[in-house]
Amino acid sequence: MATKVFMEALSPTMEEGRLVKWLKNEGDAVKTGDLLAEVETDKAVMELSARGDGILRKRIVGEGVTAPVGALVAVIATKDEDIAALVAGAGAPAVAAAAPPATAATPAPAAAASSAAAPARAAPVPQGTPTPATTAGGGRVRTSPLARRLAGEQGLDLGAVQGSGPAGRIIKRDIEAAIAGGGARAATGAAPVPRRAVSGNAFDDVALTQIRKTIAKRLAESIGPIPTFYLTAEFNLDRAAEMRTAAAELGPEFKVSFNDIVLKATATALQQHPEVNAHWLGDRIRHFNTVHLGMAVATDDGLIVPVIFNAEQKRMSEISAEAKVLAKKARERKLKPEEFTGSTFSVSNLGMMQIDQFTAIINPPECAILAIGAIEDKVIVAPDGSFGVSKRLRVTMSCDHRVIDGAVGATFLQTLRRLIENPLLLVF
Amino acid sequence: MPVITYREALNQALREEMARDDRVFLMGEEVGVYNGAYKVSKGLLEEFGEMRVVDTPITELGFAGVGVGAAMVGLRPIVEFMTWNFALLAIDQIVNAAAKMLYMSGGQYPMPMVFRGPNGAALQLSAQHSQAFESWLAHIPGLKVVVPGTPYDAKGLLKSAIRDDNPVIMLEGEMLYNTKGEVPEEDYLVPIGKADLKREGSDCSIITSGKMVLVAMNAADKLAQDGIHIDVVDLRTVRPMDVEAITASVKKTNRAVVLEEGWEIAGIGAQVVDYIQRDCFDHLDAPVIRVHQADTPMPYAKGLERAAKPDLGKTIAAVRKVMYLD
Repeated sequence: MATKVFMEALSPTMEEGRLVKWLKNEGDAVKTGDLLAEVETDKAVMELSARGDGILRKRIVGEGVTAPVGALVAVIATKDEDIAALVAGAGAPAVAAAAPPATAATPAPAAAASSAAAPARAAPVPQGTPTPATTAGGGRVRTSPLARRLAGEQGLDLGAVQGSGPAGRIIKRDIEAAIAGGGARAATGAAPVPRRAVSGNAFDDVALTQIRKTIAKRLAESIGPIPTFYLTAEFNLDRAAEMRTAAAELGPEFKVSFNDIVLKATATALQQHPEVNAHWLGDRIRHFNTVHLGMAVATDDGLIVPVIFNAEQKRMSEISAEAKVLAKKARERKLKPEEFTGSTFSVSNLGMMQIDQFTAIINPPECAILAIGAIEDKVIVAPDGSFGVSKRLRVTMSCDHRVIDGAVGATFLQTLRRLIENPLLLVF
Repeated sequence: MPVITYREALNQALREEMARDDRVFLMGEEVGVYNGAYKVSKGLLEEFGEMRVVDTPITELGFAGVGVGAAMVGLRPIVEFMTWNFALLAIDQIVNAAAKMLYMSGGQYPMPMVFRGPNGAALQLSAQHSQAFESWLAHIPGLKVVVPGTPYDAKGLLKSAIRDDNPVIMLEGEMLYNTKGEVPEEDYLVPIGKADLKREGSDCSIITSGKMVLVAMNAADKLAQDGIHIDVVDLRTVRPMDVEAITASVKKTNRAVVLEEGWEIAGIGAQVVDYIQRDCFDHLDAPVIRVHQADTPMPYAKGLERAAKPDLGKTIAAVRKVMYLD
């Protein structure tokens, strides 16, 4: 899939940029993060980097030329891909400039990541929400100052409280009713201790704290509708490989792929981290206590993400079998809609295509996706200074920063590392 | 404890303070021979003589000025106005002389004097004789303004006013003079600048003073029948105002009605609301509502006068509104 390179807003106030110098020639191979060009903004000369892998097929904007933010300046694609239409469409850069941030952000996707599928729920619109006390213009919640303060103290989401005062104003009694009625919603968050406490619900809605709201708003403004950041970790797969070999020796019914091991470990880790196994619902966050694991499958039509439901309850052999069936059905276009909707977290694997690592695109309203790279033998320096060959796997988790902060994502990856590097834990 | 009228309470205060300090004297129209237009000074001429109880001509500016002069040379005058409506004629002496004398003389001339008399509307006294001047007077730096609503407070505040070394305005009420209440026989003072929580409740504050205290208490009684419990804050002094008492009450109840006898614009209630919004913003569950006189000269016609005055019904309606009941 081709990656369009746009003139990006490299400073907060930048509206156009002068391409000072190309750092890659047409025909050069480029990888995500490679520097493509130097661009002079209103403030300084900055670097424009690639947001996809492939060949720099076409440089559309020449050196010394000024282009508005959002204008197409180059195309990265595979060697044989037909990019004529893309290049032709670049004729009128002013169009792209009309809505710079959106245009600049959306089309820059990385390699074949998941999420193109799931048409049934493209928009992350909150469903089944109690009518929030917002004005028609959206946004502003009417409250008395007291109600606002009480809600803040209780960690209550005012957007989810029905106001009984004039024009839907939320007043003290509404807050009291909300606390009495939905006690679970109040006062979450603070103490990390009860995180594992099982509520018995299929999911728990978590009220948005002020800081969470601010993070959501500011970061979305920063990077696009989903403010994504990426965490990459390299796992040691030596023990997983041993286990896989040992299992296979027990008989064909125990044969599992590395991917199956990763799926199982991911499901297990997610069960321990509902804060990652979550949906962003606009006015609140839904933490799922069960794992519906989406797995991206490439088909001739494009990408689709069938779902292994209740994956945390399934044994590795079950996951392995189900993954096989789902992938097959996907390729044969036999998936039913209910088989590719409802995932709480997704995994995308391009390891079999010799991709070392990549960044996948989040499938909203999910809040994260795990991109699995290729397994490689590498020389690793052990803590004692000795060298050895080790099987390594690079995973990159794309996280929706509105929901997942860096440390939260990293904690999840620590759990995942522990499970994958000690696969015996998956048995317990 | 004896139950006496507001009028008798004032009379006791005057008598006790005149007996206590021979620099204290009373002057005004009809205060002597006639025993006072409202009989507040009954028996004082007989007891203290005409050097201490001085009948004046109908010359408000003149005798207010005499009072200021007397205070400058060390006496402690009490100037009675037959009503505060007439005191408009003396406003230059009150505002420009009494209020500023200590300041403008660099501290050489304290003004230990009291201006007192009935304030606000009685019944069908029409536009010129039915005015409440709290906010006019409270506006002036250098004055203290006390507004007692009960016999107990009337006596205690008048005694404090007489002993105060600053000019103190005392706003009484024709309709209050006959009201009764418990008043101790022993000497006591009600401090200037201290409000009194006349009734305790958790649902809504009514902040008021003077004549309106009775209205607030009646409203609280009625509302209690519906299970609504009112904190009645009687300011007692409107300058300096007891901000702590106001905010303590509003922080408790989260809702307030401010009830005053005078007009809305730049009224005492506006100042109370300002303190509330400043100090209680995060405690408010509803906008503060004011109850006050209609923005019009007081009509003479009975029905219109009733419609113009703040009253029990308007107060109850305001409370129900801030309680989100209506």
